Amino acid sequence: MRDTVSLTIDGVPVSVPQGTTLRAAAEAVGHEVPTLCWHENLAPANACRACVVEVEGSRALVAACSRVAEPGMVVHTRSPRVERARRVVAELLASAVDISLAPTVAALVEETQSEPERWEGARTAPPVRDDNGLYVRDYAKCILCYRCVEACGAEAQNTFAISVAGRGFDAHIDAGWDRAMPESDCVFCGNCVAVCPTGALMDRTEWTLRQEGRWDEAAIHTTDTVCGYCGVGCALTLHVLDNRIVKVTSPDDHPVTHGMLCVKGRYAYQYVQAEESGDGPLV
Amino acid sequence: MILLVGSNAAETHPILFHHIMKGVHRGAELIVVDPRRTATARKAREHVQLAVGTDIALVNAMIHVIIREGLWHRAFVERATDGYEELKAQVASWTPERAAAICGVPPAQIERVARTYAQADRAMIAWTLGITEHHNAVDHVLALINLALLTGHVGRPGTGLNPLRGQNNVQGGGDMGALPDRLPGFYSVRDAAARQRFEAAWGVTLSERPGLNQSQIFEAMREGRVQGLYVIGENPLVSEANSQHIAEAFARLRALIVQDVVMTATAARADVVFPARVSFAESTGTYTNSERRVQLVRAARQAPGEARDDLWILAALARELGHAWPEVTAAEVFAEIRAMVPTYRGITYQRLENTPGIQWPCPDENHPGTPVLHTRLWDEVVTPRVAFHPVEWVPPAEPLDDAFPFRLTTGRRLQSFNSGVQSRHYGHPAPEHEWLEIHPRDAQALGLEEGRQARVVSRRGSLTVPVRLTSTVPPGTVFLSFHFPDQTPTNVLSIDATDVVSGTAEFKAAAVRIERVEE
Repeated sequence: MRDTVSLTIDGVPVSVPQGTTLRAAAEAVGHEVPTLCWHENLAPANACRACVVEVEGSRALVAACSRVAEPGMVVHTRSPRVERARRVVAELLASAVDISLAPTVAALVEETQSEPERWEGARTAPPVRDDNGLYVRDYAKCILCYRCVEACGAEAQNTFAISVAGRGFDAHIDAGWDRAMPESDCVFCGNCVAVCPTGALMDRTEWTLRQEGRWDEAAIHTTDTVCGYCGVGCALTLHVLDNRIVKVTSPDDHPVTHGMLCVKGRYAYQYVQAEESGDGPLV
Repeated sequence: MILLVGSNAAETHPILFHHIMKGVHRGAELIVVDPRRTATARKAREHVQLAVGTDIALVNAMIHVIIREGLWHRAFVERATDGYEELKAQVASWTPERAAAICGVPPAQIERVARTYAQADRAMIAWTLGITEHHNAVDHVLALINLALLTGHVGRPGTGLNPLRGQNNVQGGGDMGALPDRLPGFYSVRDAAARQRFEAAWGVTLSERPGLNQSQIFEAMREGRVQGLYVIGENPLVSEANSQHIAEAFARLRALIVQDVVMTATAARADVVFPARVSFAESTGTYTNSERRVQLVRAARQAPGEARDDLWILAALARELGHAWPEVTAAEVFAEIRAMVPTYRGITYQRLENTPGIQWPCPDENHPGTPVLHTRLWDEVVTPRVAFHPVEWVPPAEPLDDAFPFRLTTGRRLQSFNSGVQSRHYGHPAPEHEWLEIHPRDAQALGLEEGRQARVVSRRGSLTVPVRLTSTVPPGTVFLSFHFPDQTPTNVLSIDATDVVSGTAEFKAAAVRIERVEE
């Protein structure tokens, strides 16, 4: 067929539609490639290199999240060279960044039997920035995956409030001249928070509850519903702890939102439970 | 190609705007028609910054250009429409030069936008309250319909006319007959057969006389013809135009009942308040969004104490009034909707559980729903054909003059919602107060400084508010939201000139003067 591409992945022949990435093709044969920066609703940033695979005839390892399948490709997702590269990726990240709330990075460390302690040297440890009422930035946990930048930019929000500034070890997410978020172009939609895989960006309510030791993942119930504000009809997932909404997200596969929300949908829910906190109007 | 008219979607419908920008990144051309240089307008290829209330002049001139240059869809117009000759005759005098003088935009821009819209393979129009909050709201919408019909930009994917609904369930409310002349499913109350169906199902006699729309109700309250009012989930004392006048109407009521989640300004005036302390997060039911997508609303938490929802309160009230209304669940109500409204018939709770909503019409349970309406207009034979409705431009009800030289236009801001009842105090870093947006040139002429108070005066009322100097508004036009009515009751200024058909007031165009306040 003209619209499909045949290739071999780990010795398994597979045909996929034209335009399929190697990541998706590998998934189709059950050989999942680990990813950190890849996100189903964002363009691949090719930042993390966790998804590298070996393509015979290619000098360098290629990023499976963005490289598109070509006819006759022979791909190895778990060759020694691939595994060594992934191991070093995991070690370098874990040696420099706090991965305590980054399950995908932790899984990669474990899966690759990484030894981050092999890499002595600096750790990324900027202070926590709690400069707005809605979310907190702890860039000691940032792996520079670019997801927040993409979600803030052309992939969803089109606000372009943040970017990566600096080079090498000094590279960091910045809202321009190291500004606090309220002084930046940020519109506080929290879509950066929604796509952050490491807990570097966190809704302030969750951050506060974690600081107080009251965030209990196991006790949180989630319910899918629909936003009560404008007429777009965004799907909301309400995260409820002790009968209080503590977080709002949206399903990544919903055709209206693709996991993205606006500031009111994500954060303006306090009126619902104002009577418990006593800081809102009552009947 | 996407033509947004009177819509600041980036702030008022942000997630819809994500979809628009996806289209833009894939090559769609975005043109925004708006008196203000909004966040939305700044993303557009072309911003048509027309004067407030001149949209019909612009659209008539676009139609003039499209006909003059032979860019209209002859085959579609001949097969699917009636009244082309009348439309052509009516726009004959609407040259771009004539419209340009009214709209304050260059004739060449009108021509360019007309050509871009007409020549696009697929072009859609979307609008919000910039089109409908005028005393000639329906004419505004008809002008846009004429434009879409003339170019065949309807009934195909990527085309059409899209009113962006401002509230979660405006569409669903209309679908259910929450209009003075409609039954559920948009059947006219004058339609005897439809009325009989509902009479049989409900065991009551229904009036064939349309009720009153909101503006007519306020008028009737003033005249003493309506003496009792039951308000559910609305805050008209602050959200309606010319609020001083509205307050006078409310003062004449003999009974006011308000049912709301919180103690609104209107509830504070009520004789009886039903605390419907059950918000969307504690409710079950469905919302129908702007694209007719019916979605399931699920309760995520328990409402406090003995709070009851709207459905329970209504049924209990009916029982007190001597009607044997049973306690019913939202699911049972939906089953009745399915039985009575053909467009909802194929939508079941079970299907909604397993899908991200279904777009009506959905006539049976195997039907996937209908993403695109009016596809029948592309059939070989179109019956019935649709008519053009030529409309004339008239200026806003209140002209500018020496005493009131500024055009006040009102709207929403991203972080807030309507009268602020839901959107106050959630931690947003924006200031928790209103500000007047005024062009720096006007501010300088009036001696106004950033952050200082100004007095805004209309024929109906006045208020003081801090000013913000911004070129978002053009010289001569100022902007206020109505999100902080306690400190800044914007609607004491707005004018209650209303559209005769829809009853919508002209929130978008009042005449005001601005005065410096010596502090």
